Amino acid sequence: MSRFFTWIRAHLVVLAGLLALAYLVLPNLVVLAFSFNKPVGKFNYEWNEFSTDAWTDPCGVADMCQSLSLSLQVAVLATVGATVLGTMVAFALARYRFRGRSATTAMIFLPMAMPEVVMAASLGTLFLNMRIPFGFTTILIAHIMFCLSFVVTAVKARVMSMDPRLEQAAQDLYATPVQTFLRVTLPLAAPGIAAGALLSFALSFDDFIITQFNSGPTTVTFPMFVWGASQRGIPVQVNVIGTAMFIAAVGLTVGGQWLGNRRKATA
Amino acid sequence: MTEQQSPAAVGGDVRLTGIGKTYGSFTAVHPLDLTVPQGSFFALLGASGCGKTTTLRMIAGLEEPTSGTVLIGGQDVTALPPYKRPVNTVFQSYALFPHLDIFENVAFGLRRRGRKDVKKQVEDMLELVELGQYARRKPHQLSGGQQQRVAVARALINHPQVLLLDEPLGALDLKLRRQMQLELKRIQTEVGITFVHVTHDQEEAMTMADTIAVMNGGRVEQLGAPAELYENPATTFVANFLGQSNLLPADVTGGAGEDLLLSAAGARLTVPRARCATEARRVHLGVRPEKITIEHGSAEVAEGRNRLAGTVVDSSFIGVSTQYLVRTEGGQEVTVFEQNMERDARVVPGAPVVLHWNPAHSFALDAAQAIDAGTGEAAA
Repeated sequence: MSRFFTWIRAHLVVLAGLLALAYLVLPNLVVLAFSFNKPVGKFNYEWNEFSTDAWTDPCGVADMCQSLSLSLQVAVLATVGATVLGTMVAFALARYRFRGRSATTAMIFLPMAMPEVVMAASLGTLFLNMRIPFGFTTILIAHIMFCLSFVVTAVKARVMSMDPRLEQAAQDLYATPVQTFLRVTLPLAAPGIAAGALLSFALSFDDFIITQFNSGPTTVTFPMFVWGASQRGIPVQVNVIGTAMFIAAVGLTVGGQWLGNRRKATA
Repeated sequence: MTEQQSPAAVGGDVRLTGIGKTYGSFTAVHPLDLTVPQGSFFALLGASGCGKTTTLRMIAGLEEPTSGTVLIGGQDVTALPPYKRPVNTVFQSYALFPHLDIFENVAFGLRRRGRKDVKKQVEDMLELVELGQYARRKPHQLSGGQQQRVAVARALINHPQVLLLDEPLGALDLKLRRQMQLELKRIQTEVGITFVHVTHDQEEAMTMADTIAVMNGGRVEQLGAPAELYENPATTFVANFLGQSNLLPADVTGGAGEDLLLSAAGARLTVPRARCATEARRVHLGVRPEKITIEHGSAEVAEGRNRLAGTVVDSSFIGVSTQYLVRTEGGQEVTVFEQNMERDARVVPGAPVVLHWNPAHSFALDAAQAIDAGTGEAAA
């Protein structure tokens, strides 16, 4: 008996870790399993029989792949826009003292702190009053706006922790300001920038509330499509897309870790 | 040798003229003139906050002087940005690029100037600092001493006219410091480049440098060879900061030929006029602890030596020497270092002793200065 408790004590951390992992992964596994289901009615909630129909014909549902393509376009553009803009803002806030700096710092934080639905509604009102037609542009502007705060936060933390002497050393070693930025500053800030970009992509891709308030009649993003479909029964293909996204994300993370480890080992 | 490889021969002297730096109302460096001859190992010595690093950074171009000009090898570089100056810096805590391996760190300067034959040069330089097999490691995988050598290699490979060293040994432990001091001195002799070395460690400055400028409060207190500064300090700060000094308040009572007659600590003492840095009547008479001979009170003292009678307050055995603290009859405390050769067993705390020394080993400074200037950080 006491042996059993000793074993438990020695492996408690691993057990806790596995439980937490299960808690996080289980919903995704359910999605995965039901992507191979052949539901009886419209609703894909009960297991019926194994089938690869949905995987062999992922675009078999009307309008779904158009919405997926729209979501990916928005996510990529929003990520690029927010990352470029946010990195510049982060450098400005971390490196320079200027009038309105503390106000900017506070405002940048606002989109993260404010209830999304409030922001969504007020943005919609703004676009309406400015007579900007709802559509791709309004969605993109809205997404860049809320992704910006995440990029700024991630990059700023990184820039603040960078040793300013490294850039001085680069200048001392004949690097012009442009070379210093490209060869030293940017590579050192890269982990922060990458983190910000990844967050932006994930947030933009699955945003529903803000998009719902700021999209036009023809611009239906993937989350909006899923929401609409859930009223009449979600097609199995949605599970396929969900699973594919999950695998891609896990693959990226694990691949990144593996690359990092390999670089460390060979260095 | 090609033209680019021998800038040191072209002339690597540094000439600072009226150079000063103020931050708002705070003056970090008072306008100062300083000439570092080409090929010399020059040390800027002082406690933290004395302006030595600011002076160095103004030579590197990392700090803009408020006044004055910087000339390197006869060329006015005051308006040039750091990347256009023929100088390289070894930074405090090295500032190696963490994202580049050792090879790329060392190659950085060559690559920025589009030099050919980078591989060969970097390999040779890594051999020189004995780090050949670490070329593909990252800086964080190296020990402090190895990182320090990379920092030196990264700067030296560019054959700068002047190498600037900002407390380069500050992060190393004592034993490694001593080793690296000799190593740096060897490299300097080998490459013949002008070195300007900033340090707060007086022993380090004396071991390595040909010329030392002692800085205090943004000013140069004294400039000279280590032995010159040590034997003949011009101010109480230098006397106390460089090694240890006994300073006794004294009145000038007259003169006799080449000597000045003084009355101090209840005794009549002499000091050569040549070793008196002031015309004042009230002076501090200085003598280094190791110049003093300590003997039991009953001993005979030869004619012509300065002598003081006193009582031993404390003695501590250091190994190579014994340190005595002696209270003179005049009430002053005098420190004496005595080699452990023929120790008199009677010289113990409480015993009456006589201290004597050659008058030529003493010096006199103006009493208007604080007697304890430079003692605070001198021990650090």
